[in-house]
Amino acid sequence: MPNIRRTYLSQILLYMLLLAGVIATVLPFLYMISTSLKGTVYAFEIPPRLIPYHPTLKNFIAAWTSNRFDRYFINSLSVTVVTTALVVGLGSMMAFAFARFTFPGKKFWYGVVVFFMIMPAMTLIVPQFMLASRLSLVDHLEGVVLLYVAQNLPLCVFLLRGFFETIPGEIEEAAVMDGASPWQVYRLVILPLSKPALATATILAALGAWDEFVWAFTILNDPEKLTLPVGIAAFQGMHLSDWGLVFAASLIAVAPILVLFAFLQKYFIKGIVTGALKG
Amino acid sequence: MTLNTIASRGQTRPRRFYNLFPLRLTRKGRNSLAAYAFLLPGMAFILMWLAYPMVNALRISLYDWQLMPGATSPFLGLGNYRAALADPIFWSSLANTTRYALVTVAGQLFFGLVVALALEGVRHARVAMRVLYYLPVVTSWVVVSLLFEYLFNSNPAGLVNQALVNTFHLVDKAIPWLNEPRTAFIALYALGIWKGVGWTMVIFLAALQALPEECFAAAAIDGADGKHMLIYITLPLLAPTIALVFVMLTIGAFQTYIPIALITGGGPIHRTDVMLSYMYSQAFTDLKFGYSAALSFILAGIVFAISQAQLRLTRREAHSLP
Repeated sequence: MPNIRRTYLSQILLYMLLLAGVIATVLPFLYMISTSLKGTVYAFEIPPRLIPYHPTLKNFIAAWTSNRFDRYFINSLSVTVVTTALVVGLGSMMAFAFARFTFPGKKFWYGVVVFFMIMPAMTLIVPQFMLASRLSLVDHLEGVVLLYVAQNLPLCVFLLRGFFETIPGEIEEAAVMDGASPWQVYRLVILPLSKPALATATILAALGAWDEFVWAFTILNDPEKLTLPVGIAAFQGMHLSDWGLVFAASLIAVAPILVLFAFLQKYFIKGIVTGALKG
Repeated sequence: MTLNTIASRGQTRPRRFYNLFPLRLTRKGRNSLAAYAFLLPGMAFILMWLAYPMVNALRISLYDWQLMPGATSPFLGLGNYRAALADPIFWSSLANTTRYALVTVAGQLFFGLVVALALEGVRHARVAMRVLYYLPVVTSWVVVSLLFEYLFNSNPAGLVNQALVNTFHLVDKAIPWLNEPRTAFIALYALGIWKGVGWTMVIFLAALQALPEECFAAAAIDGADGKHMLIYITLPLLAPTIALVFVMLTIGAFQTYIPIALITGGGPIHRTDVMLSYMYSQAFTDLKFGYSAALSFILAGIVFAISQAQLRLTRREAHSLP
């Protein structure tokens, strides 16, 4: 039966094609892990070995203890947590106003939000830096957080407004009949019904804050204050050939994201697809 | 249904509805007040950190702006914009950006489409493969940039060099990838494509799953085989999604900065600069803030123009996104 043989053949070809793609995608990561487990001397070997001879965690220990990556990790974590809480909290409030009220100026304010969603984030960095330095926020994590909140709000508002508008009004109507205030409608009706969208918005904001490089690099100089992306880039600039250490530090930064991704795949994919709507 | 209409129906107990804002105002006024109370805290961030800097940037771009307190900043009018149009480095950075966009967008579209079609065609391990293809997408630009700097190291022992020279015998001697603009861009293109394939794949998978079954059933009855179905049914039906993804990827590509900044730093002598890296170095290395602001607005203008195309496509094709 030629037909069946042909489908078998095409299946095998498809799997081979997909496997080649997976290898091309994953191999760089495997080399990163492998290099981080080697001692410095072996970082560039001829021929390159994927499985290290004598795997050691020495690079990870060195990054964490003597190169302040413990400090950077805590800095990044606090920046991310505060940013995300503010973005999702304030963003959901704004989205609620846009989705459920009619008020003078609504179109204008929503236009402002969409405008800054499209505006490339980096183009305002000069006046933003001037503002931060006038407010003495240079070298302060607060300055990092304040801008991250502003940068991540527009997309969060856009995403949540779209979701809030799909929630049928009857439930709120009942709540209002029972005497609920707008705040109570927001807190007790809208938010509990929007968990999937809030999860997407949370991941989007958290990923944005955790990975952001340009602003943090611009306003942070104090080696005590760096976030992980800036710490890694600065470290690589200083120790050009110590790739084992650079990748150990990189993996420390990437690991939490990958763990979260493994568990919250659906929201990650949805979040990043939405994120691309942003300019 | 807006709260205003709900409120006008709940007239029997208006006092409790408004208990958060016990002001003596008309109903409409109180509602607007409530709306602004929800809006204001977040809007304050946007006004202070985006809107105000934007107005400021417009102003700065009209001056030869001096940062030193007390120094006078000569007014240039549109001089900075004119200077950009006469600046060969501006044009070469625009050309580099455009070339980067063309190559990486084409690569991401092609490989993303191939992987999505292949994944649709197989039965096993689909979720696992989707996750693996998506790994680069969730990894930060800083980390993957350093990773590619390592892979494309000019050292003969760099991994790409070893693969080309010793494993596949494609070239005789190691290529100093990152020292020459031409070869450095090959590494940057490879990175841009590698990082984005998973993203385009996910969008195409969603679009493929939304295609109408009937077309394929009808074609099968007419005796079409897989190849014909792909060329005459699947691809034409995907055309709007492809157009949307094309525009979104192009917007992203025009804003590339981190890989350039970390891998080549725009060098040697600005030859690998893209628009944002040139803008940034004009401000923070050469301290030409006015000129840098003008460059920013030129880039923003380009991005807004592409966004207009996107808006038109999204209005028609928003349903094709997952």
